Amino acid sequence: MAAAVQGAGIADRDATQEQTSEQDDRALAAVFKAYTISATCWLLFGTAVGLLLAFKFGAPDFWAEKYLTFGRLRPIHTNSVFYGFASIGLVGTAFYVTARSCGTRLYSTRLAWLGLWLFNIAALTGTIALDLGYNWGDLEYREWPWPIRLVLLAALLVTVWNLLATIARRASHDIYLSNWYIIGGFLWTCVICLVAILPWYQQGLGQVAISGYFMHNAVGMWFTPLALGLFYYAIPKVLNRPIYSYALGVLAFWTNLVFYPMLGGHHFLFSPLPWWLQTTAIICSVGMLVPVLGGSANFLLTMRGRYHGRIESYPLAFLFIGVLCYLVGSTQGTVEALRSLQAVWHFTSFTVGHSHLTMYGFVSFAVWGAIYALLPLATGKNPGRLGVATHFWLALVGMSIYVIALSIGGTLQGLDWVRGVPFIQSVAEMAPYYLWRGVGGILMFLSHLVFAWNVWRMTAGKPGNAPSPIMEPEGAAA
Amino acid sequence: MNPTRKMWVIFGGALALYVLIVMLIAVIPAIDLSHTAPGPGVQPLTPLHVQGREVFAGNGCGYCHTQQVRPLTEDKVFGRPSAPGDFSYQTPELLGSERTGPDLTNVGKVKPSDVWQYIHLYDPRAVVPQSIMPNFRFLFRVVDQLPAGETAVPLPAKFAPAHGYVVPTPQAKALVAYLLSLKQQPIPGYVAPAEAAPAAAPTAAVAPAAAGGYAYDAAKGQALFEANCAACHQASGAGVPGAFPPLKGNAAVASDDPGLHLRTVLHGASGVVIDGVKYSSVMPPFAAQLSDADIANIANYERSSWGNHGKPVTAAEVATLRAGSK
Repeated sequence: MAAAVQGAGIADRDATQEQTSEQDDRALAAVFKAYTISATCWLLFGTAVGLLLAFKFGAPDFWAEKYLTFGRLRPIHTNSVFYGFASIGLVGTAFYVTARSCGTRLYSTRLAWLGLWLFNIAALTGTIALDLGYNWGDLEYREWPWPIRLVLLAALLVTVWNLLATIARRASHDIYLSNWYIIGGFLWTCVICLVAILPWYQQGLGQVAISGYFMHNAVGMWFTPLALGLFYYAIPKVLNRPIYSYALGVLAFWTNLVFYPMLGGHHFLFSPLPWWLQTTAIICSVGMLVPVLGGSANFLLTMRGRYHGRIESYPLAFLFIGVLCYLVGSTQGTVEALRSLQAVWHFTSFTVGHSHLTMYGFVSFAVWGAIYALLPLATGKNPGRLGVATHFWLALVGMSIYVIALSIGGTLQGLDWVRGVPFIQSVAEMAPYYLWRGVGGILMFLSHLVFAWNVWRMTAGKPGNAPSPIMEPEGAAA
Repeated sequence: MNPTRKMWVIFGGALALYVLIVMLIAVIPAIDLSHTAPGPGVQPLTPLHVQGREVFAGNGCGYCHTQQVRPLTEDKVFGRPSAPGDFSYQTPELLGSERTGPDLTNVGKVKPSDVWQYIHLYDPRAVVPQSIMPNFRFLFRVVDQLPAGETAVPLPAKFAPAHGYVVPTPQAKALVAYLLSLKQQPIPGYVAPAEAAPAAAPTAAVAPAAAGGYAYDAAKGQALFEANCAACHQASGAGVPGAFPPLKGNAAVASDDPGLHLRTVLHGASGVVIDGVKYSSVMPPFAAQLSDADIANIANYERSSWGNHGKPVTAAEVATLRAGSK
């Protein structure tokens, strides 16, 4: 337990044990800034495409030309928010978190810039390839032609090398929990990319098994650990108090590692995949309750007694919603994996609602919360409170409308199929829910414009002029 | 433990454990599954079908259409449950994850008419008014002079360009060839589990007169018609001029002898001439997927709708024709 107690203090300690020069700080801030700006551009592009797609559900003949057809833009939307926005946003913040929590400078700024180039080249050429119709079999999240996915792998390798070398320079003996999750996420994702590319075991049904594995590991072994890594640093940092339980964080780390990789088969329940593979996936989906409940409880207990802080501090509000959506979205995922419910929900829009609750409610809110909490510390420039509040409420209300509409609509769609009505009726009945999806989407997209403005203020704006995102320590709460 | 060693223990351990799990849960099963033997009658794709499959994937058809039938009652409309041997030549796999549109496992069997496929791709709403599929006009050319050997797509006037002929590009031809090749092969010895539905047939037969003395389940007849027939013959029964014959005022439907009407539903048709118009499209047989009572319901719906007054038919007549004309 000694390690736990020591480790718990690291997030607080890094400010006092500063071992970095002003020049190092400026270099780290420049990297963090550049990644955040790049991520913001991808967010605007990817969600503008998403909004257009939502519109096409009601107006299928609108912009139906070759390069704007639904089926080419759909993977462009998912891949650009995945690999453009969320990944680059998480990586930029991870650089800052790793360097700070290790009390050292970044091992190599040049490698960080190289990584940024590689991530962007992959996302850009991937987008172009998809628009030209080079889609590798509509296989979710790995549609890019394989050479482009090698570029992504190179970006990951360059970055994890940089992060590991930074951790090797750390001031303390312990490795703070955030870095476990961040490095774990990078190492596992390198394996995921490699497994997805190698062709020898991907014939016919063999590839179905890999698709199930890839689809959910790319989410659960990349976005989840990185976002959790940010939570473990940003939440204690903003609250100015240690994480509730270091040991619980370690337990969640190992249980996530054991259960998450095996649950991908639940995307192919009732498919010709072997029954044992499907059942293992269902059991592990239930097992995921351990890391999800453990992790969420840890974050919520860290916030205990400072609930009013969620109103005072919008960075904390973003992080709080991120934790809640992690809890609710992941638990929903467990429930969806049960055969009886999967029989109704699989293939319906309910799944699309679920993926937005998790990728948007959990991952995107975590990225935003961490950026609002940490970027001002790096640059010394703050976004206005009004701007952050506007982003928060537009995004939250927009996402709620989106998810609720598709959850209700998707359930009705599934029940229509069970009742055996003509298929086209299930299409026609979705119209109002597709409309509400668009309404939610508009609010979400508007919130991204506000975010872009806030990023501008945190990077190119005037220094100071607003309170620090870090709250005052509260003696009574410790 | 020295700090660097500690780092390698944690991260090396996490990596090694992950690689072990991935081997057990993904790579090793995938090696095994990659050697799944093709099912009976499952053939490799021809070069044209391969090209069509690329058009399919490149334009993201797989995001709205699945190609897997689950062993669930709700999936029976799409065919028998998919078997491992069905996917031996399906790389990259196109099983899909969403059914915004219907499953396509058996589209070549259910909609075997290339004319229907071309009209539907050019403008889905020309044949399915409620469809929300985008049009794929970019897979067609509009020409003033019909090139030798080409056939123009017979679009309804409302959906056709103001002048000129609509001709499919090679990509559209490959795509349609691929779609028409999507047919499940029968598995010898496989019998679909008995359903509770046939038990309802006798009650349907004695159901009160629906309209004009027709004793049949009108609601079921209409639902079955919309699910199985309306894509070509249209909900209005008017068909698509030059492409799919009308049922409204159709002599076979109005005739007192239901033989031609029922035989066509049971066994399909192609190249028929109705009222002097030759219809080149293929109509699929329904004997395999619809029961006698269902076919009687559909026929009676057709015989009593859109101003038709054909003599009612019974399930027993369907059974006789099914047995007699094999």
